[in-house]
Amino acid sequence: MKPFTYERATSASAAAAAAADNPGAKFIAGGTNLLDLMKLQIEAPSHLIDVNGLDLDKIEPTQDGGLRIGALVRNTDLAADKRVRKDYGLLSRALLAGASGQLRNKATTAGNLLQRTRCPYFYDTNQPCNKRQPGSGCSAIGGVTRQLAVIGSSDACIATNPSDMAVAMRALDAMVETIDPAGAARRIPVADFHRLPGDTPQVETALQPGELITAVTLPKPVGGKQIYHKVRDRASYAFALISVAAVVQPDGSGRVAVGGVAHKPWRVEAAEGEMPHGAKAVAEKLLAGAKPTDENAFKLPLVERTLAAVLAEARA
Amino acid sequence: MTKHDIEVTRRGVLATGAATAAVLAVQAAYAQPIVPLASLPSAKVSLVVNGHNEDLTLDTRTTLLDALREHLHLTGTKKGCDHGQCGACTVMVNGRRINSCLTLAVMHQGDKVTTIEGLGTPEQLHPMQAAFIKHDGYQCGYCTPGQICSAVAVLAEIKADIPSHVTGDLLPHASFSADEVRERMSGNICRCGAYSNILDAITEVSGETA
Repeated sequence: MKPFTYERATSASAAAAAAADNPGAKFIAGGTNLLDLMKLQIEAPSHLIDVNGLDLDKIEPTQDGGLRIGALVRNTDLAADKRVRKDYGLLSRALLAGASGQLRNKATTAGNLLQRTRCPYFYDTNQPCNKRQPGSGCSAIGGVTRQLAVIGSSDACIATNPSDMAVAMRALDAMVETIDPAGAARRIPVADFHRLPGDTPQVETALQPGELITAVTLPKPVGGKQIYHKVRDRASYAFALISVAAVVQPDGSGRVAVGGVAHKPWRVEAAEGEMPHGAKAVAEKLLAGAKPTDENAFKLPLVERTLAAVLAEARA
Repeated sequence: MTKHDIEVTRRGVLATGAATAAVLAVQAAYAQPIVPLASLPSAKVSLVVNGHNEDLTLDTRTTLLDALREHLHLTGTKKGCDHGQCGACTVMVNGRRINSCLTLAVMHQGDKVTTIEGLGTPEQLHPMQAAFIKHDGYQCGYCTPGQICSAVAVLAEIKADIPSHVTGDLLPHASFSADEVRERMSGNICRCGAYSNILDAITEVSGETA
């Protein structure tokens, strides 16, 4: 790790202001992803702002019947919350499908949204990577691509977003709440929070410099059968090859978001109209324009078949 | 040469090897400006480790794992991968298991840390330690402190009604089963493959039949 100075933040706005004053600064909460990357010198902040002491670890009802999840709520606590288990089972399931018990005890809601890709070329500092070193090139293109993106990618980057939680939040239309260095709050739909890589894969979210996530809100419960189905190379503690997050209503209508296929949780609202017609019809619209490689073309039928299994489970 | 002269301990050989490596490192370092240790950022932190107050001044980069092993000399907690993948470094902080390699010591001001040394002693074993011995829940033993800390926490997590990936219905209180233990222990790798005996040990302590 490169040396860094360290401070404990006393308020959210002070933390944001401190980050804006120091271009080399990073917030640290759970640290499970950031410290891993710092050890590899993929991240090398010169200053860390520890936000763990901030009062952002509560889950509270909102006025419109939803839930406000504080940025520091640990993944374990969010998954175990009785209200989440009852009304947003999709979110509990996605969280529990991710990482290990030890990591979920430490990882936070905001940190999970901000975790970085596990593209092997991003992790290998001996190889060019536009995300790690903008302009250096993409080693993944033409490389080993089995795990990588099949849709929404660019000539600069074919990495995927690794989060399970974010896929569920995308299906649930969550909203990200932030505070900026001037103390102003804003709300960003999770749909707009993560970016596609385009020419600037190093810019992964809509956050501005110094902007700090304070909470994620969920709208009032949508009911339906909520199913998160993750397909991976081993049964536990592995990143998704693909995952399907679905809310299926008794009349067959619903929502579906997919993980492991793109630089962000992948949802195409127009495809959801096909849900009563089955997985094939949905997958055709959901994955229209996909550009898989020979190695990861299996992800397209895998999404369709997993969605078929999810729809069958919802009907059962 | 007497017998005494040729008795070298493994630790001694490692120390000699490290000293040789250090000399080489110093020679290589001449090519670069040397940062005096005193100028590296440090911070104070107070921890309660196994019931003892510990006041430390640490390089800010020190992980909780390195603080425990290198500064407090509690070497029961092991460093395996140092990236949160193997679970050998599992300790409990304020009653919850975490990977001590993926957290900075300075982030734990006032926290209560329990390591394998705090769970039990050779004279007074924790029931989970006794069960691992009884069921042969290890071979080389390197992952064992992490396995035991994790196992104790797993039973507490089920008791605290935290569901898991294999929990069938999210609404009833979480319950014990062999599948639950396998899933919940997936963050602790045992390359000797003692998993089935580890499961037997945990099952015995839980008081249930898997």
